[in-house]
Amino acid sequence: MANLNIVEAVNLALLQEMKKNKNVILLGEDIGVNGGVFRATDNLQKIFGKNRVIDTPLSEEGIIGTAIGLAVYGMRPVAEIQFSGFLYAAFDQIVSHAARIRNRSRGRFTVPLVIRTPAGSGIRALELHGEQEESIFAHTPGLKVVIPSTPYDTKGLLTAAMRDPDPVIFLEPMRLYRAIREEVPEKDYIIPLGKAKIAKEGTDLTILAWGAMVKATLDAIEKVQGKYSIEVIDLRTIYPFDTETVINSVKKTGRVIIVHEAPKTSGFGAELIATINEKALLDLEAPIERVTGLDTPMPFAKLEREYIPDEAKIIIAVEKVMNF
Amino acid sequence: MVKKVIQKFKVEFLQVLNEKGNIDKNLMPKLTKEKIKQLYESMILVRTFDDKAFSLQRQGRIGTYLQVKGQEAIQVGATILLEDKDWLFPMYRNSAALIIRKHPMEMILQYWSGDERGLKSPDNVNNFPIAIPVGSHIPHAVGAAWAAKLKGDKTISLVFFGDGATSKADFHTGMNFAGVFQVPAVLICENNQYAISVPRKIQTNSETIAQKAIAYGIRGIQVDGNDIFAVYKAAKEAIDLARKGKGPTLIECLTYRISDHSTSDDASRYRSKKEVAFWMKRDPVERLERYMARKKILNPSYKEQVLKEAKEKVENAVKLFEKIPEQDKSEICNYTFAELNQQLQEQCTPLKKNG
Repeated sequence: MANLNIVEAVNLALLQEMKKNKNVILLGEDIGVNGGVFRATDNLQKIFGKNRVIDTPLSEEGIIGTAIGLAVYGMRPVAEIQFSGFLYAAFDQIVSHAARIRNRSRGRFTVPLVIRTPAGSGIRALELHGEQEESIFAHTPGLKVVIPSTPYDTKGLLTAAMRDPDPVIFLEPMRLYRAIREEVPEKDYIIPLGKAKIAKEGTDLTILAWGAMVKATLDAIEKVQGKYSIEVIDLRTIYPFDTETVINSVKKTGRVIIVHEAPKTSGFGAELIATINEKALLDLEAPIERVTGLDTPMPFAKLEREYIPDEAKIIIAVEKVMNF
Repeated sequence: MVKKVIQKFKVEFLQVLNEKGNIDKNLMPKLTKEKIKQLYESMILVRTFDDKAFSLQRQGRIGTYLQVKGQEAIQVGATILLEDKDWLFPMYRNSAALIIRKHPMEMILQYWSGDERGLKSPDNVNNFPIAIPVGSHIPHAVGAAWAAKLKGDKTISLVFFGDGATSKADFHTGMNFAGVFQVPAVLICENNQYAISVPRKIQTNSETIAQKAIAYGIRGIQVDGNDIFAVYKAAKEAIDLARKGKGPTLIECLTYRISDHSTSDDASRYRSKKEVAFWMKRDPVERLERYMARKKILNPSYKEQVLKEAKEKVENAVKLFEKIPEQDKSEICNYTFAELNQQLQEQCTPLKKNG
């Protein structure tokens, strides 16, 4: 048992899976000698050598394109894209190929590929270094989309992703990389993809969140502790998503807020609202509220705090829904 | 201070068999009479299939089809050298390569009729589903070759693409990764002079496509793509070197798309009759026939026999194609993921109910 942050949990998951399965290889930019710009692959090249921890040419479409070939042949590549905003260069490879090779080959060829990438903003980085694209990938049939929010979950979800037979987009909450420490077991464990977690139990209101927004939500509700009993659900996997856990909670509380960092329109919150309407409309006591980013490009560092959902915005939404 | 030439490069062109059917004995690859007959019979078979597929499209029995016509020497000459365990990464104009790679002809028709099942590779070979977006399959071939190298397998990847694909970032990145990681891949550019209507000159200001290999530090050669002996020789060298761990090769095959781009295209809008006639005279099948006739390997009765057998095979494939049972509607859902997730289970249940 070690007290780890999210970056260290990523590193431990990679290390252990590489020891267990010789077909697991890592490829990306600066992941070798440098250990990745966030140090997620620190020391791994020293342990496993240059044939398993591979510094590639600077080409996201090349990394994903060749990773598809590697995966189809029988390797288990884990590609690191330095910042999720650079994934756009590889979009064709992900959408036209990785996501549909199982389908196009009628199951003869598969792409067991994990694409790890830091996503989300809040660290005053450069533009295009703080994107949150979960709904784009959730809307691409053939992809699984995972967003951990804690070190423990990061190890369990990443290990599950590396054992999954299909391509997984693994969006790591960059803002939380070093913000939380907790005990992460050395022992082998997985957290199944598609299962949400009740991060905090409550009876008055359900807040649905994922990634960095889980911490923002938990921090916010501490401020109204004693006033309302709030249930926080960490979705953990955006696609497929855990309808059952969400609906059970909605039926219990009758009030819902969704918090996500991505732009509001066509964000994943809209999908959750539609699902709740389909399955629990008559249980609702108030309209569902969303606390989200805006339909604008992510502002540069100076204004990013205005864009990202924070404690104050979440508390306003809580009061609105509770006082409907 | 100094200013001097620090690098000089050369680009080779290979032709073994000229338009008149004469060969250069020094360049001729080692081929038995039986092997030459096999090459010829294969070219006739794929052309017969290609013509049949075109007419089936015109009769409305299949959807869109993209003809191989004029490019048979490349696809037959290179693909015939593969071992079953090797990987083929074809694109949409590669029916000939697929037939040589044991992909049942009825399945090729099945695919072009709009049935996914036709894309499924036979189990004993590794035929990747044909690429529809241009050039984006090149990195897949490089990745698979790279995996073979990492695993220590003596397996190679062969990928076909057109001159248009060389304008894509995927060609650049694929060539670049192939060079950097020295993977056992053979990259064949079927330079058929056109990407739909846009001529080769507008794709690149390079004198040749072969010379692009130089910039990536890999071997490159231009061959007469309507000369099956040249294609065979260049591909054999490239495949042997790749298998020995000597890295990738780019082969530019000069050829011409005799047909329209697709069954929805009208090439007379952008190319002259004179130009087409020029290339018809360089037809790869007729060229091989001239050589074989001179060598007394080909006589009228043999030719007739070959054509008859090809027609029988193709007609039989059409019969099999038309007997393929319809797929169950629920098949839509079965291959998006290894297992049906919560969302798909809900969405797909009505398909099952309706049978």
